Amino acid sequence: MNNTAEPFIQIRNLHKSYGDLKVLRGINLDIPLGEMVSVIGPSGSGKSTLLRVLMTLERPERGGVRVGGEALYDVNAEGGTVLPPPDRFRALRNRIGMVFQHFNLFPHMSVLRNVTEAPVHVLGVPREKAKAEGLRYLDEVGLADKADAYPAQLSGGQKQRVAIARALAMHPEIMLFDEITSALDPELVGGILDLLARLGKKREMTMLIVTHHMRFAEQSSDRVLFFDDGVILEDGKPGDIFTQPEHERTRNFLRSVLEI
Amino acid sequence: MDGETLWDWGYALEVLPQLLQAMRITLMATVCGMGLALVGGLFLAILRRSRIPALSRAGFWIIEFIRGTPLLIQLYFYFYVLPDFGIRFSPFATGLFGLGLHYSAYMAEVYRAGIDSVPKGQWEAAVALNFSRRRTFFTLILPQAVPPVIPAAGNYLVAMFKDTPLLSAITVAELLYTAKDDIGSQTFRYIEPMTLVGVLFLAVSLISARGIRGLERKMELKT
Ligand SMILES: Nc1ncnc2c1ncn2[C@@H]1O[C@H](COP(=O)(O)OP(=O)(O)OP(=O)(O)O)[C@@H](O)[C@H]1O
Ligand SMILES: [Mg+2]
Repeated sequence: MNNTAEPFIQIRNLHKSYGDLKVLRGINLDIPLGEMVSVIGPSGSGKSTLLRVLMTLERPERGGVRVGGEALYDVNAEGGTVLPPPDRFRALRNRIGMVFQHFNLFPHMSVLRNVTEAPVHVLGVPREKAKAEGLRYLDEVGLADKADAYPAQLSGGQKQRVAIARALAMHPEIMLFDEITSALDPELVGGILDLLARLGKKREMTMLIVTHHMRFAEQSSDRVLFFDDGVILEDGKPGDIFTQPEHERTRNFLRSVLEI
Repeated sequence: MDGETLWDWGYALEVLPQLLQAMRITLMATVCGMGLALVGGLFLAILRRSRIPALSRAGFWIIEFIRGTPLLIQLYFYFYVLPDFGIRFSPFATGLFGLGLHYSAYMAEVYRAGIDSVPKGQWEAAVALNFSRRRTFFTLILPQAVPPVIPAAGNYLVAMFKDTPLLSAITVAELLYTAKDDIGSQTFRYIEPMTLVGVLFLAVSLISARGIRGLERKMELKT
């Protein structure tokens, strides 16, 4: 294998079903290091499922994923998915982070503890150092003054900022964002999207962002994927996809969402 | 009737100190038994959740077996049958073990309800942050699982307290045994000691029930 020529994330023929329902039907995707990719598409087309498979929350049945030259999901001779040994799997998972639609903060821990718990116990960072670093990340998302608050005392937008800081504190190379503004009051959405755009500009992480905000996808991302019925129907520069999509289905989708 | 009164206050006061002494044994059995049940229940709940099918099935059957047979029979078994296999403890230790194990099975279900009440997203966040399974369970899930089921556990505490008279069957000198075998059978007067036993149980149960309701209300306010 020539790792230097291999794209940072390499997804090959990925399949995932729930019972008889085929949700991912052969995903092929290469993403270079540091790219910010927006994922759009109709409800139920498999966007979340792809992110969840990459986060190892779901196991695919067929196909493989390689990250930085290492197999997260290997394939056997028949194309079936094979998990790497548990220690390798866990080591690789350390390089991937995720932010969820419903924040999933730990309600029994303070904001700072939410951010430092994983660095301390998963990465082995000394607690004092983790605290200092955690405060830096809270500052980055604009919440330094909330370090001692508990999640229940925060607004939705603030909760999502904590969730982002918590994920950042693990220094992931890949960050997955699944509709992270969908549970927020409309007036709080803009701030979170600005934060995302700012993170993307730094090019410190490779970002996959599932979003319903077409303007954000168009203006802030390097690349847009249009999902339809378990496959990537369209893949290109935001300018191209939004102005001259190749497929009728993409046009219909864009028309329907842009009209609202 | 040869002038004997139905209720003799003097006699009642005379036996009260001895009963209060026995009450200490009853309360100690309850508290220690509950301690055992809290630990044993957690152990069974974890066994039940094991990813190894044989272990989880073992957990299931232990729980079903214990809940499906009367505590009295379990106590007799530990007290009269186990010594035949060379396993012998004092009546009190045997009683504690029996009570603790019996209520472990119920506590396992209480833990399970608590664990099931923790949103799936908490487990997913733990995977995304790469926490080990052990740390996920003990520091992220369990602290959220326990508070909502504290009232249910409290109800089992009271139930266990009311089950302690069964220990008299294996000669533990708790309240009932003291009233019946130490006092009653000596004097052939049962009405005062037995009534006092009933009153003592009622008093403790009422107070505990109050405490549990208070806890419940606190929990409701929190959520
Ligand atoms: N755990 C599950 N069990 C069964 N079916 C599931 C499960 N998770 C998702 N699905 C189904 O898989 C399909 C794809 O779901 P997915 O969440 O990936 O869609 P999506 O593109 O993210 O949609 P949305 O925009 O609504 O979030 C849907 O039909 C969904 O009902
Ligand atoms: Mg989704």
